[in-house]
Amino acid sequence: MTRKIYDGPEAALDGLLFDGMTIMSGGFGLSGNPESLIPEVRRSGVKDLTVISNNAGADGFGLWMLLETRQIKKMIASYVGENKLFEQQYLSGELELELNPQGTLAERIRAGGAGIPAFYTRTGVGTVVAEGKPVEEFEGQLYVRETWLRADVAIVKAWKADTAGNLVYRRTARNFNPNMATAGKVTVAEVEEIVPVGSLDPEAIHTPGIYVDRIIKSTINEKKIEKLTERKREAA
Amino acid sequence: MAWTREQVAARAAKELQDGFYVNLGIGIPTLVANYIPDGVDVTLQSENGLLGIGPFPYEGEADPDLINAGKQTITILPSSSFFSSADSFAMIRGGHIDLTILGAMEVAANGDIANWTIPGKMVKGMGGAMDLVAGVKKVIVVMDHANKAGVSKVLERCSLPLTGAGVVDLIITDLCVMTCDKANGGGLTLIELAPDVTLDEVKAKTAAPFAVAPTLAKAA
Repeated sequence: MTRKIYDGPEAALDGLLFDGMTIMSGGFGLSGNPESLIPEVRRSGVKDLTVISNNAGADGFGLWMLLETRQIKKMIASYVGENKLFEQQYLSGELELELNPQGTLAERIRAGGAGIPAFYTRTGVGTVVAEGKPVEEFEGQLYVRETWLRADVAIVKAWKADTAGNLVYRRTARNFNPNMATAGKVTVAEVEEIVPVGSLDPEAIHTPGIYVDRIIKSTINEKKIEKLTERKREAA
Repeated sequence: MAWTREQVAARAAKELQDGFYVNLGIGIPTLVANYIPDGVDVTLQSENGLLGIGPFPYEGEADPDLINAGKQTITILPSSSFFSSADSFAMIRGGHIDLTILGAMEVAANGDIANWTIPGKMVKGMGGAMDLVAGVKKVIVVMDHANKAGVSKVLERCSLPLTGAGVVDLIITDLCVMTCDKANGGGLTLIELAPDVTLDEVKAKTAAPFAVAPTLAKAA
């Protein structure tokens, strides 16, 4: 039961990367990012990537690393603020951008994993998001048709994996990761801890092992906090 | 005196009802959580995958795996639950959230809202805003009535690209509160003025026609 376990980021992505491919990368902001696998994509030098991720990293972190090396041709995301390099490359025409409403992005990925080529949503009706897309009325309301998203490779971050590939995420680091894990032709998961089968409660698995092809223990777990917000403890 | 940001947040908090599930946007909307009325139990949703947002963590106790949609560190409550982004937006799109409070750059009399882009100037993205205005049962906008140049942000029609069409229920600005009859194609009604703000001032600073409620109240 250990054939899904790989030695490190290089081994885990070996043979999977090619120019012009589509990669999904989990995370919300810098939370739940595959921090060990992104640098390996960078090191490989693979280019002309279409990257699907809610955000595009932040200065110095996450997918920013692939922007810096100009490896990304097109980004499909919902929010790319607080990222000067992204803005600069987009405004200079070097980088294509397809902005999706966040829920539409998540559902397109879910649909991709579930084998559903299109669905209808209220989100974006009457806005630029609906331009050029079929709009249909259901029970008196207008809905726009959105299509699925799938990737050649999905890279995700989880908290724990067992050797069968069952994944458990931690807190809000879950975000897009379980959805993307279902929508990659090959899904590579990096985790903080790999445990023997039988260690995780089958009732509490977030991603069943069928969706996970390759697993590594994270080599980088920096978990940069973007907006540290705290309160003072009242004096006793 | 016009309302301050804090007072606008406090006024918006009066719209919260016991048992509501609520999503608060970034900025003034986040402040609403500080003014939840006594005896009103609301559950705050964060679209990155949490129902039941707790207070900010004590110093030294922040967890990088626990953030809100504004990427601030937060805590959980005994009643909290976590879920994926797709599940989170199923909750939003499926009409299960009672109320959302968001900021805006423009709001129109027909219930349109624009709050995500200024073409040629600002490239950030809509995040979850389009899903929220399309899917949540009640949509409240909190914003300054006019921009820094004094130009009204309450318009007959929005000039910026829309976040949602015909979705706004209530507008709370530093000057007043207006309802929007979105179910009937729109139409604004002034229902409340901030202290010492006059009807004439609101008329002068509003670039859209509006009715005045017979019960027009002046906030204490």
